[in-house]
Amino acid sequence: MENTLEITGAIITLIGSIFLFLGSLGLVRMPDIYNRIQTGTKASTLGTILTLLGIALMNTDWFGKILLLMIFILITNPVSSHVLARAAHYIKSPLTKISVTDKLVDN
Amino acid sequence: MVNILLYISLIFIGLAIILSLVRFIKGNTTIDRIISFDVLTIISIALIVIISHISGRAIYLDVALVYGLLSFLVVIIIARYFEKGL
Amino acid sequence: MNIKNLSISFIILMVTWLLLNGNLEIITIISGIIISVLLAYIFCKKCDVFSNIKFTPKAFFYFIIYFFIFIVELIKSNFDVARRVLTPSLPIKPGIVEVKTKLKSKIGRIILANSITLTPGTLTIEMKEDRLYIHWIDVRNDDINEATKQIVQKFEKYLEVIYG
Repeated sequence: MENTLEITGAIITLIGSIFLFLGSLGLVRMPDIYNRIQTGTKASTLGTILTLLGIALMNTDWFGKILLLMIFILITNPVSSHVLARAAHYIKSPLTKISVTDKLVDN
Repeated sequence: MVNILLYISLIFIGLAIILSLVRFIKGNTTIDRIISFDVLTIISIALIVIISHISGRAIYLDVALVYGLLSFLVVIIIARYFEKGL
Repeated sequence: MNIKNLSISFIILMVTWLLLNGNLEIITIISGIIISVLLAYIFCKKCDVFSNIKFTPKAFFYFIIYFFIFIVELIKSNFDVARRVLTPSLPIKPGIVEVKTKLKSKIGRIILANSITLTPGTLTIEMKEDRLYIHWIDVRNDDINEATKQIVQKFEKYLEVIYG
């Protein structure tokens, strides 16, 4: 028998994987490094968290470990994207041509 | 029903991996490649967890955890290398 | 001795250990306590990361509100990204703007920078003292005060109470 909790979990997993897909699509479509970091890391953070949440709902024994994974991703993902963006700016990767302003270079 | 939904999400994750690999191969600069590597890792964590649910083995969750830890470390080290050298 | 730092790091390590093991047997708890005390003592003898966290009812209440605002912003940011990626003309207007923060403590600034990174269209690039440099995917205003108002203040008023 399939109960509602399992179906809810499966739907949440599906939504999460769609976000992961959109994040990678952004990775291909965006014109410069910083925009790629934005779409790549943001969409993949929520996508992974939703996927894990769905699996945790379907398999409640694993909730502790999956919660740990979720917290870990929520903490490390912004840090790694920030560090990459800083390194990219440090080696003077150019912004795309339609960019409006760059205050960091001015100072 | 549940299995069909899970297989559809596996298809989406597969497409996401292919798109990130496109950026990984095409990527104009090294930073582009590292970004797509980072995204690939996060997608792989989701993939590992789904596979561990399908196969019913909790041990794969530990693999996902260690994989996430190592990839975070790798990204930090590479970024540090770009800024200061080793 | 900084009992506060040590005890907070001990609690974090212990909770991590229990979640990782997933059972409450006596041997798990005892070995967890020993390892957590040792690690907290070795790595947090001199750290002052947690000294600024306040444990008042008001701070706790604000933390709950902050958490919900953060979740809502995270979901909003993802729909924002999805909309931009799926629109064929790619509606972006990127740029790097400068904002300033009133937060003094280290951990408050870390949490602020991470929150900014996960909210719609913004990515923290660099932090110099009280100035943050933020890559904004859709620059509406590049003046420092206006940008501060639009990006930072929705989180700052809560984090100010929690971390000072």
